Amino acid sequence: MAGELKIKVNERSWTVRSAPDTPLLYVLSNELALQGPRFGCGLAQCGSCSVLVNGVEMRSCVTPVSAVQGKSITTLEGLPAWYAAQKKLARVPALHPVQQAMLDEQAVQCGYCYNGMIVKASELLAKNPQPSEAQIRTAMNGHLCRCGTYPRIIQAVQRASRMMSEARV
Amino acid sequence: MKHRRDFLKAGGALVVGFSLRDALAAEPARGEVAGPPDPKQVDTWLAIHADNTATVYIGFAELGQGNSTALLQVAAEELDMEMRQLKTVRLDTNVTPNQGGTYSSASIQRGGPQVRTAAAEARQALLQMASKKLNAPVDRLTVSKGIVSAGGAAGSVSYGELVGDKPFHLAFTGSAPVKSSAHYKVVGTAVPRNDLPDKVSGKYVYMQHVRVPGMLHGRVVRPRGQGAYGAGAKVLALDESSIRGIPGARVLRKADFIGVVAENEWDAVRAARQLKVTWDSTPSLSGSDGMYAAMRAAKTDDRTVVERGNAADAIGAAPHKAAYNCRAPYQAHAPFGPNCALADVKPDSALIMCSSQDVYGTRRTLAPLLGLPESKVRVQYYEGSGTYGHSCYDDATQAAAILSQLAGKPVRLQFMRWDEHGWDNYGPAHVGEVRAAADENGKIVGYEYEGWQHHWSNVETSEQLALAKPAEEWRPNPAMQVNPRCCGGMYDIPNIRLVNHHVPGLGFLKGAWLRSPLDLSFAFTSEQAIDQLAFLLKLDPYEFRRRNIKDEHWLGVLDAAAKAANWAPRTAASNLSASRIVTGRGIGMGTHLASYGAAVAEIEVDKKTGKVLAKHLYGAIDAGLVVNPGNVESQISGQLVQTASRMFHEEVTFSKTNVTSLDWASYPILRFEDCPQVTPVVVQRLNERSSGAGEEVMAAAAGAIANAFFDATGVRMTEFPLTPKRVLKALA
Repeated sequence: MAGELKIKVNERSWTVRSAPDTPLLYVLSNELALQGPRFGCGLAQCGSCSVLVNGVEMRSCVTPVSAVQGKSITTLEGLPAWYAAQKKLARVPALHPVQQAMLDEQAVQCGYCYNGMIVKASELLAKNPQPSEAQIRTAMNGHLCRCGTYPRIIQAVQRASRMMSEARV
Repeated sequence: MKHRRDFLKAGGALVVGFSLRDALAAEPARGEVAGPPDPKQVDTWLAIHADNTATVYIGFAELGQGNSTALLQVAAEELDMEMRQLKTVRLDTNVTPNQGGTYSSASIQRGGPQVRTAAAEARQALLQMASKKLNAPVDRLTVSKGIVSAGGAAGSVSYGELVGDKPFHLAFTGSAPVKSSAHYKVVGTAVPRNDLPDKVSGKYVYMQHVRVPGMLHGRVVRPRGQGAYGAGAKVLALDESSIRGIPGARVLRKADFIGVVAENEWDAVRAARQLKVTWDSTPSLSGSDGMYAAMRAAKTDDRTVVERGNAADAIGAAPHKAAYNCRAPYQAHAPFGPNCALADVKPDSALIMCSSQDVYGTRRTLAPLLGLPESKVRVQYYEGSGTYGHSCYDDATQAAAILSQLAGKPVRLQFMRWDEHGWDNYGPAHVGEVRAAADENGKIVGYEYEGWQHHWSNVETSEQLALAKPAEEWRPNPAMQVNPRCCGGMYDIPNIRLVNHHVPGLGFLKGAWLRSPLDLSFAFTSEQAIDQLAFLLKLDPYEFRRRNIKDEHWLGVLDAAAKAANWAPRTAASNLSASRIVTGRGIGMGTHLASYGAAVAEIEVDKKTGKVLAKHLYGAIDAGLVVNPGNVESQISGQLVQTASRMFHEEVTFSKTNVTSLDWASYPILRFEDCPQVTPVVVQRLNERSSGAGEEVMAAAAGAIANAFFDATGVRMTEFPLTPKRVLKALA
């Protein structure tokens, strides 16, 4: 079975060694050594393991790797390039605007949930570039933060929204 | 830099007899031998490199609160170097000094002065060297960016040129003069945190990311949810054939400790889920419904914490009285990422990577567990997700070590969500009784508080199961008893009596310190009584508190919180409305063991659904000298949000056999949609000693929320969390 399954992660193709029923998270962590998606609950309750699959946020801890064959997976590490492709930028920025805004707001405390926060906020802004505060709260509601940094995350998403609209020219 | 001269004159003469030996001597390099390094040597704390940068060795764990940045600010300030010239290193029992555990918001409180004096001592030595090199008296020298200048033709020399990677061999006497706060340039400013760029990019290495060659993935196998502390988990039967279908996995067992390991992580996860173990399920608990009655029925060890005057008589004679009997549940640390550890145990040594808040403490407990001398156990710290106290990091570390020793290979042990939620050392439940009274002039004349709770658990689950180590509780300490700084101590009360009733912990759940231990429970109870006295006197609750406080620090935070909230005087519950949705505002005070906290809460209550929402929380902390006000604002914001979560949602539930709140569905926490606005206020005291700021406004916020509920509804809640069910019952 090994070698039959191929997945595309951050625009690169990978041959998967794990069994097809293995949750995508364990493949990304152990075979691809990616650090964005990370274990939080294994139950799709918290958002720690989120990735984009064809631009849609999904919980990699409960998604069998076989289910994403032939689809395009983007992790935290691939967000700057994903953004550059969306915006047709000549150069890939070091950080996605959402990442930059999280830094600018000094939003992070322990930062463990920020993989999911950044992935989800990036998905939101791609679909809705200027969300209201209520729309941000609704979109992000499935992502938990135990340190209580929600208020600064909301501010960071609003800041990223402004950065992206200004960059559009 | 003129101000420096005074210090140099004052301090220059104190430096005697240091020498800078050649680094050729055959001493072991840092990291090669077991620590702790000698705290009386400057080299233990600081190294200056040839490229004119410095490494500061800090014995405190970065817990996601920014303390590593703040401690570097302290060093940068004393050394007159820039932040970009400084770095710190991983906590490691072979490398970093032993500054005790990272507890009680102590990093800046205890660590700040140590780093400050060590840096000052190094700087003084560097100036002596520069003085010789530049042939200029010390008091003519100035320093900027680690470059010492004598002015004019005398030239300059960098720290790096003076010592470049060689040891100082200088005794750390603590006598070097430190900068006056009037000259601070870096301390007291909101320097951006140094860990955040890697945290947003995904480059930051959390404990959960660490892998080593040849390692196995491990999982523990336990009943879902703990029973009573001390009851253990007894294996009646183990059927290894139940995982025959997962050939990559194998079962490892030491007495009642059971784990599985596999090369492939998913195999380990599946095997842990599938392994058939029959556990002794004899009931050992009261069940969460019967918990408070069991606590009150227990034979307690009683101790008077504070007694002044005659509280009972004063209360008896006073015209205005308030008394409440309140209950507060067990609450979980529930770190967002369950704990993880990696152990490589060999026959004669062990390397342990973990998220312990105290690497030297962990080394001390692991050595006997593994049958190794302490000097052969090396413990390194990797940040996990925020832990807010004693979550399962020690338990996970022990489990990794036991499995590695049994497997003869490195084992990475990851707790599953139900392990972390179900086998936590919970913040203990509490029953509090408060009685307070005021005279006609609005003066609090008598106050009594009695608290019932058990102590913290001293034995980890893994060692208990593997070694049948008897369960025991911690000996009493102030953080697990009625806290005078939450219970009346902020007010000027002539007659006061605080009594602690220690409930024996065996037979209840495992307990430990959870951020601001017990303080939310104390303040929820106590601050409602204070508030009620104001109500009975028809006084504004802020004004009533002002009248009863003498201490300028307490007054300072109270005023700061009230000002931030634009507080307008009004008696509580004077705006009651018949509408379905009602609003209220409340004020509260309290802190942990040091510092000062005050908060204002604005809330909304839906009388039909029973749902309570915090709309806006304001919190003020006075923590003496605040090294990084940006960090502290962030900490206050987080504390306010976490307090809302704990006051409205969080409650550990258990049956007569085991804990039943095992994930985010059965143990819900506050989410984005219900998150309040927050306003953090830092009361800066540049000339005072730093004290903690990582947990010191939560009690105040808990009190403010309870009082806001009364303002909105005219009803006092006597048990939290304020869930819809509980609120509807109270309003009925």
